[in-house]
Amino acid sequence: MSAMLQLPLVVTAQVDLVLVLVSLLALWTRLSRLSYPNAVVFDEVYYGQFVSFYMKRVFFIDDNGPPLGHMILALGAYLGGFDGNFVWNRIRAEYPSSVSVWSLRVLPSLCGALCVPLVYLLTLELRFSHLSALGAAVLLLLENSLIVQSRFMLLESVLIFLVLLAFFSYLRFHNAPTSSWFRYIWLLLSGVSCAAAVGVKYMGLFSYLLLLGVAFLHAWNLIGDQFLNVCVQCVCRVVCLLVVPVLLYVFWFYLHLSLLNRSGPHDQLMSSAFQASLQGGLSRITQGQPLEVAYGSQVTLRSSASQLIPCWLHSHKENYPVRYENGRGSSHQQQVTCYPFKDVNNWWIIKHPGRQELVVDTPPRPVRHGDVIQLVHAMTSRFLNSHDVAAPMSPHAQEVSGYVDFNVSMPAQNLWKVDISNREAESEVWKTILSEVRLVHVNTSAVLKLSGVSLPDWGFRQLEVVAEKLFKAHGSSLGWNVEEHRYGTSQEPKEREAELHCPTHIDVDRKISFWAKFLELQWKMLTVKQEESEHKYSSAPLEWITMETNIAYWLHATTNAQIHLIGNPVSWGVANLSLLAYQLLAAVYMLRRRRGFKDLPDAVWDQFVCLGCVCVGGWLVNFVPFLLMEKTLFLYHYLPALCYLYLLSPQQCDTPPCAVCVCVSAVLLSVFLSYRTFCPLTYGSPELSANQLRELRWRDTWDILDRRH
Amino acid sequence: MFSFLMAKEECISQRNKTEHSSILRNRKNIPTSLKTSQAPFTSVSKDKISQTAGHSSEDDNQSSNGSSAQLFTRRHGESPVKVLLLLVVGLSFSTRLYKITEPPHVCWDETHFGKMGSYYINRTFFFDVHPPLGKMLIGLAGYMTGYDGTFPFIKPGDKYEQQNYWGMRGFCAVLGSFLPIFAYLIVLELSQSHTAAFITAILLIFDTGCITISQYILLDPILMFFIMAAVLSMVKFNQQRYRPFTASWWFWLVLTGVNLAGAFGVKFVGLFVILLVGLNTIWDLWRLLGDLSLSLVDVAKHFLARVVGLILLPLFLYVTVFAVHFVVLNKSGPGDGFFSSAFQSRLMGNNLYNASMPEYLAYGSTITVKNLRIAGGYLHSHWHLYPEGVGSRQQQVTAYSHKDYNNLWLVHRQDDNNSQSGSPDLVRHGDIIRLEHKETTRNLHSHLHEAPLTKKHFQVTGYGINGTGDTNDLWQLEVCGGRKGDLVKVLRSKVRFLHRATGCVLYSSGKTLPKWGWEQVEVTCSPYLKETPSSQWNIEDHINPKLPNISLSVLKPHFLEILLESHIVMIRGNSGLKPKDNEMNSKPWHWPINYQGLRFSGVNETEYRVYLLGNPVVWWLNLASLGLYLIMVAVASVTIQRGFSLGPKRIEQSQVLMRGGGLLLLGWLLHYAPFYTMGRVLYYHHYFPAMLFSSMLTGITVDILLNSADLILQPPYSDWMQRVGQMVLLLSVLYSFYLFHPLSYGMTGPLAHEPGSAMAGLKWMDSWEF
Repeated sequence: MSAMLQLPLVVTAQVDLVLVLVSLLALWTRLSRLSYPNAVVFDEVYYGQFVSFYMKRVFFIDDNGPPLGHMILALGAYLGGFDGNFVWNRIRAEYPSSVSVWSLRVLPSLCGALCVPLVYLLTLELRFSHLSALGAAVLLLLENSLIVQSRFMLLESVLIFLVLLAFFSYLRFHNAPTSSWFRYIWLLLSGVSCAAAVGVKYMGLFSYLLLLGVAFLHAWNLIGDQFLNVCVQCVCRVVCLLVVPVLLYVFWFYLHLSLLNRSGPHDQLMSSAFQASLQGGLSRITQGQPLEVAYGSQVTLRSSASQLIPCWLHSHKENYPVRYENGRGSSHQQQVTCYPFKDVNNWWIIKHPGRQELVVDTPPRPVRHGDVIQLVHAMTSRFLNSHDVAAPMSPHAQEVSGYVDFNVSMPAQNLWKVDISNREAESEVWKTILSEVRLVHVNTSAVLKLSGVSLPDWGFRQLEVVAEKLFKAHGSSLGWNVEEHRYGTSQEPKEREAELHCPTHIDVDRKISFWAKFLELQWKMLTVKQEESEHKYSSAPLEWITMETNIAYWLHATTNAQIHLIGNPVSWGVANLSLLAYQLLAAVYMLRRRRGFKDLPDAVWDQFVCLGCVCVGGWLVNFVPFLLMEKTLFLYHYLPALCYLYLLSPQQCDTPPCAVCVCVSAVLLSVFLSYRTFCPLTYGSPELSANQLRELRWRDTWDILDRRH
Repeated sequence: MFSFLMAKEECISQRNKTEHSSILRNRKNIPTSLKTSQAPFTSVSKDKISQTAGHSSEDDNQSSNGSSAQLFTRRHGESPVKVLLLLVVGLSFSTRLYKITEPPHVCWDETHFGKMGSYYINRTFFFDVHPPLGKMLIGLAGYMTGYDGTFPFIKPGDKYEQQNYWGMRGFCAVLGSFLPIFAYLIVLELSQSHTAAFITAILLIFDTGCITISQYILLDPILMFFIMAAVLSMVKFNQQRYRPFTASWWFWLVLTGVNLAGAFGVKFVGLFVILLVGLNTIWDLWRLLGDLSLSLVDVAKHFLARVVGLILLPLFLYVTVFAVHFVVLNKSGPGDGFFSSAFQSRLMGNNLYNASMPEYLAYGSTITVKNLRIAGGYLHSHWHLYPEGVGSRQQQVTAYSHKDYNNLWLVHRQDDNNSQSGSPDLVRHGDIIRLEHKETTRNLHSHLHEAPLTKKHFQVTGYGINGTGDTNDLWQLEVCGGRKGDLVKVLRSKVRFLHRATGCVLYSSGKTLPKWGWEQVEVTCSPYLKETPSSQWNIEDHINPKLPNISLSVLKPHFLEILLESHIVMIRGNSGLKPKDNEMNSKPWHWPINYQGLRFSGVNETEYRVYLLGNPVVWWLNLASLGLYLIMVAVASVTIQRGFSLGPKRIEQSQVLMRGGGLLLLGWLLHYAPFYTMGRVLYYHHYFPAMLFSSMLTGITVDILLNSADLILQPPYSDWMQRVGQMVLLLSVLYSFYLFHPLSYGMTGPLAHEPGSAMAGLKWMDSWEF
């Protein structure tokens, strides 16, 4: 023992050196020549547009992930003085000199570089030796795919960094002596990085859940320990690992919404109230609209259906065809549709059934819940009508038309009852934007509804509007709200037309609360679905394990210099082997332990189990969900899972005998050699000849480009 | 009613007695187990001792429980138990068989399953996404009761007229009637409480949903019968664990296996109960492995017995079902085109049955080309063009499973169009050919545009007029494994079509095109030349009047090949059932809250309407007790983990909650959670197997909750409260059944939102459609 006492100084110095060395190497591999290529690389084209939006503070919605990741990228751009004036429309487009490419890419690559020392520390916290820690760090350091993914304006490296940080700080907390209060800082850090990981990409959620599971098991053992005051401990954990992350997650959105206060191209996905809270756009139009809808009001009615495309109740001169393609007949009256663009034909006038005037009285007589009204199409003066005729595309529902009297004993049925569905929250009076209204047909008690089907060519591919009996229909496709609104003043059709063509204005300010905005935005992000199609470089999850496909990120405009996302094949193989080996070992150990043979002492066994929980568990939660997803997937989705395997690999030969040592160093050498081999595809230089490229195509399924044409 | 109350009283008192006896047993057992345990507990904290004590005593408990409970019933009150069971049987059968023939027309999916039953009677081959056992049983039931298989089952609402349809319905209803009985027995076995079992049975008997779904010609009652039977025999088998390898042990093991095969043979949903039994078995084996008094040989015996009983036997039965299916259905029918050429050749009436055609492919022949991937389609084209934005706007080329004139292609040399006179030349390996679509006279064509779905491949189109196109229409034909000059054998040669200009190979990706492609399968040209079945084709029909027809002894496919093929066809069919844009589709979260039912029959006021909807009181009770169960388990496990000393009654209750309840919760999860990940179209009735588990869980939870009344009240009052709770539960279920029974037994007249209706005021949720 006394001999040992002299050693610690030397030992710590050595460890530090290794760590420092590894970190420096990581920084060098990730950060050197960062601004080459000076062109848009692969998904930068996707993230770049959001960065520009942040710079211009224009509202957007990205259904692929929460906003923190984009904000981190935008921070880099902001520090580099990017003004948002760059059109991100094409991969390989050259950046102008005004854009500081280095600053756009520096934050992700810094995160990517820090992963390496973090893995080193994390291995130590898992109670493995410095050698295995070094092994894990080297594997991560020399992984070409991680380098490529870190060096550009992409988010995977940030995600991996945050997840590793969360686990590291949690284990730090767990391993620290119980008496110190300082360790709760680590727990808090763990919670914060979990929140950040979830805030960068939704995939972070699965790692967060895994961490919660591990923490729960530890806490469960605490409960069994009767000498502890469990309550305080549990409350601390709940606050740090549950409450703080949730609050922080909301906080990212708060930041997002307070940064982006101008209207932009994605406005139309949001509700009218949300849009009205943004500067410009709808709020410019709706600013100063009268709040209460009155008889004589001119309005546009927007469907509240939660679909991708917004649309407004619309009519135009054309009539329904006498016979449809399938031989059914129609009323041949004027078409009523839902039209996804702003148009003068979207204006309707609210008319009192008993009176002829189409102007608003002074003082205005507001329309209330339960009132019966008529709706007049402002441009054609037709009445909104419905009757017992099958609708064109949904024959089970009634047709809705602009009434034309053909003298064929088909009387007008144009009375509608106003049913304000959110009158408890708002008011009995029909309000612009705020009230959600159902229009109930008085004669048939059917409800005006957007069916969601588009009409064929005769209806100009606009969306079909029908009236349907209430007991069948429910949901948001029934609701309508008034978006644009003004009090009509001219009785004459000609003047009215002129009036409709000019924009409206008066001034009122409408606000919706942050929580309402947050919930709406979050809901939209989770439900908006994009058309999924296969990408040229997309791949299936099972192909990732064998690295069946690569992704071409960038090709030089004139030469063969190119960048690919290709992993280091040797380390990839090592990772897969170690996963298999761990599972086999675990199975054998478990069966033998069950029979009473304890191959490993209890402490080592616990360590082994903990390793499995974190690494194999981490791999599983980051891989299995993809098998169930119906999304376009790419190889880079596998990188977080891969990092867990690299964490697992070296620890299986912890404190090895000499023969294994030789093997390990041979493996590491070949890892280095294959890293060297693929370097040209990782850094995009030097340029390779066609022959060299062909030699790098180790698998037939890889697509390596060759500019021979 | 009186006798029933009597029975209930007695059962309660009897259960109390069992409790007493078990308390006694526990007291006796604790010291003995402490004595026998060898581990040195000297310095360990108290809780650990009590824990181990609890464990071993509970194990003993289980061991003695089976035998002693039986002894007990035999000695004391055999009659009340039997009365209770008889009551359940009687109620169950009478509710299910009441008005079984109403309505006398085809309801909902009867149009499919009735039709498929008829196919068995007529021995016509068909294709369905479910395995055959259920439909076979329906067919058998129809055959036994005199149905002759002539009714066409065209669409819901068709009148049965003179047909004997009651047999098939009755068969399903009888199987459906067993569900409450099985549930009763399962819960009894898990909780040893007649009250819990009776509550469960009552919930299921008076659930309108369970009644409705049992009364028609559907697969669900058959499926649920096998699921519940499998669970029951598994639970019984668990009880036999202390008497391994006895006759009853084997009996229940084999019965479990048989029922598993049955469940999986009706619908693939049966997989979930297989998982449940599998997990239970793994847990059981793990326990055996940890039992160091057993030698490894014994453990291996246990393991092998389960492999035989729960894997090999069900597999054998399942395969047998398919064998019967293929033997019975030997006539050509509507399902032929989904299967390979070889498969079709064994169906009477198919054009490949004892086929005769020219043996070698020749120029000028009219052919159909079938892809060799399992369940691949015929190379197909039609007048429609690819829409804008999908490659170039040329004519679509797809793969199509049905037989059709648009599958016909003409084989030409690369330059000339007309076949010369005299006997035509034969096509050889390596020849460059042109394929002209017979109906539209376009050539099979490919070019360097992305394919519509598989973006890595090139698009394949129809191009040119009357066979005149360009150099992109040329394909080199290769016989797999052939050499230059080899002839192409019809039906037997595997061939590949290599595109001359780009070097890619004609490929069927198996992906379904969107609406513009009529949901047919994509055909592409793949630049990856690896030999896979997707890029291999065979010539199926071959018409050339100038060549002599030779009768081909087509290779009869091996049975296992047929089996594999039909499974892949079924799986693909299942995942192909995508929700249509226009349809209101049901989401899994709708189900437990009873959000929306299914219309079985009738829409309008004049029609006879049946609406599949669970009894809301029962379903919402199930939902509430799921939450309650989780809370109770959490409280119980925290107290145990924290080491509080509990009375023996509490310990026993928490054991029942965790063991029995855990098993049922697992069953519920396995039958419910997977639906969230399914991409196919989902319906309300998919929830019913999960609902059975949920109801059994409710039985146990509510019983234990009421039993725990003494936690807050003094003994006489707590007993009263328990009785009152039971009566309130019973009455509310009965009353709600009285209110909602028209849903199952049919209603006419105005709809529920009008005051004159029988269901007026009962439309508690806007989404219910009656």
